[in-house]
Amino acid sequence: MSRKLFLEIAIALFLALAAALVLPRVLALFALINATVFIAMAVLALSLGLIWGVGGILSFGQTAFFGLGGYAYAVAAINFNDSLYAVPIALLVPTLAAAALGYFMFYGRISDVYVGAITLTVSLILFNFANSTAGEEWRIGEAPLGGFNGIPSTPQLNVPGNPDATLSPQAIFIVAVFALALCYILAKLLLAGRFGRVVVAIRENETRAELLGYDARRYKLGIFSLGGAIAGLAGILFANSVFVSPTMFSLFYSGQLIIWVMVGGRGTLLGPILGAFLVQAVTTWAGTEPRLNPNAILGILLMLAVMGMPRGLLPTLRLAWGRRRGVQLA
Amino acid sequence: MSVLLSARGVAMHFGGVAAVDGVDFSVAEGELRGLIGPNGAGKSTFFKCLTGQLRPTAGSILFRDRNITGMQRFAIARMGIGIKTQVPSLFDGLTVRESVMIALRRFLAEREARRRAQAILERFGLDGLAETEVGRLAHGQRQWVELAMVIAPEPALILLDEPTAGMSAEETRRTAALIRELNARHTLIVVEHDMAFIRAIAHTVTVLHQGRVLVEDEVAKVLADPRVQNVYLGRQVQPA
Repeated sequence: MSRKLFLEIAIALFLALAAALVLPRVLALFALINATVFIAMAVLALSLGLIWGVGGILSFGQTAFFGLGGYAYAVAAINFNDSLYAVPIALLVPTLAAAALGYFMFYGRISDVYVGAITLTVSLILFNFANSTAGEEWRIGEAPLGGFNGIPSTPQLNVPGNPDATLSPQAIFIVAVFALALCYILAKLLLAGRFGRVVVAIRENETRAELLGYDARRYKLGIFSLGGAIAGLAGILFANSVFVSPTMFSLFYSGQLIIWVMVGGRGTLLGPILGAFLVQAVTTWAGTEPRLNPNAILGILLMLAVMGMPRGLLPTLRLAWGRRRGVQLA
Repeated sequence: MSVLLSARGVAMHFGGVAAVDGVDFSVAEGELRGLIGPNGAGKSTFFKCLTGQLRPTAGSILFRDRNITGMQRFAIARMGIGIKTQVPSLFDGLTVRESVMIALRRFLAEREARRRAQAILERFGLDGLAETEVGRLAHGQRQWVELAMVIAPEPALILLDEPTAGMSAEETRRTAALIRELNARHTLIVVEHDMAFIRAIAHTVTVLHQGRVLVEDEVAKVLADPRVQNVYLGRQVQPA
C-alpha cells in the first residue's frame, strides 16, 4: 500500500470516528436524523461515482438499486423480525438485480447512451410498480408493500440476535458514518488494485483494453454489480432514517444523484460524497427560506457548477492547489 | 518455417461495399512482412478482421492452426496477436507508466509487472515521461507509448498499422531499427505508405488493391512491378 493511500484511509477513519463521537452529542434529534439521510445519500452518490466516474458507465437509474435495497430490507426485517438477516438480503437483492441487468447490457454490447436509457427505464418501471402495490394482495409474507405510501412501519436495525434491542437514532447515525467510511475505503483499495486500474483503463479506451486481452464485459459487470451493492446499502441506511416508499425509485432522486456527482467531481471518490453533502445542505437550507424555491436553487447551482468548474468541485480545487504549489498535477 | 497465420478467402463487406474481398494471405513464423496498397485498399480492415475487431463476412483465419475467425478481440489478443492501430489507441487519462502496467498486469503480478514496465520504458526512451498523462504527449511520443504497450505482453504476432505516421525523420529511423530488433523474436506484419521505409525493413511484401491481393513477392520486385506502380498512380489494373 502506498503512503498516500494509507494516509487517505487513516484520514477517512479519523473523520468517521470524530463524526461518530461528536455529532450525536451536539446535534438535536431532528438534525441528527437529517444528517443520517445525508450520509445515506452520500453512500448512494459514491456508488454512482464508482460506476460513472470511475467506470464510465452512466447509470441514470442508480435509484433502482437504492430502492430495491430499501424495500428488500424492510420486507426481510418485517418477516424475519431481526435485521441480522435483513441486511445481507438487502445487499444481495440489489447486487443480483444489478448483475442481471448488467449481464444483458454488457454482454449484449450495449453502449453508453443506451445504458443510460435502459437504467432510467428500469428505475421508472420499479417506481410505477411500487406505486401500484396499494392493495391487500400486495404483500410479501407479513410485509405489505403499501403502494404509494410505502412501508411506514419499516423496522429499525437491532442489536444482532436481539430483535427487541432496536438501535437509537444516535446509534443508527454512527452505523451510517462507518458504513460510508467503509465504502469509501473499500472503493479506494479497489481502485488502487488491479481490478480498479483495468476498470479505469476500460473507461479510457475499451477497444485498447480488449486488444490487450482484457474482457471488458466482465470488468464492467463487476463494477456495475458492486455499484448496485453500495446503492443497496444506501437504501438500507435511508430505510432506517426515514422509511421505504416508491419515491426512492423516483426521477427526483436519480436526477439529484447525477447533480451531486457532477458538482462534486466525476472521476474522484471523495467528490461525489462532498457533492451530496453540499448540494443537500444548500437545498435543505433553501427549503427553509420561504422566498426561495429549492428546485430553482438546485438548477442554478448545477448551471454554475457546469459552467464554472466543468470537472467538478474537487478536481478544480486540486488543480488550483497544485498550481499554487507550482506542481503540474496529473 | 511453419505457418503462423493464414487467411483463406477473407472478405469484409459493408452493405454493398467490399472493403476486403477474398484475401488469401499467410505469414510464416519469424517473418517480417510488408503490407502495402493505396488508400482504401483494405489494409486496415484486413487487420481488424485478424484481430477480431471486425467479424469477416466470409473466409477463415487460422492462427497457430487454430481457427480464430470471429473470435472476441480479447481472446485473440490473449492468443498472442498484438496490434498498433493507425490512429494511436491509448489510455489518455492514464500515465505512460500506468499504460504499460495495464498491458503487463493481465498476466503478471504487481512487482514483476513494475520491474518489466521500467525496463520497457527505458528501452523506448520513455522513462523521463513515465509519470506524464498520455493525453498530454506529442504525436510522435504517443506512437512510442502505443508500441510499448503492444510489445509489453510479447505477442507472437505483431501487427503495425502505419507505425511511422506523423513521425520525424529521426523517429522513423529509430522505428525501423526497433522493428528489425523486434523481428528477432516476433513475427511482424507492417502496413506502411512510406516505400523507403518498407524497403528498409521488409523482405517480402504483399500488395492489396481493392480488397484483394494484387501481388506478393520480394520487396525490390514488387516495387518495380508495373502493376503496383499503376495502382499507386491510380490507373486501373487487373489482379493477377
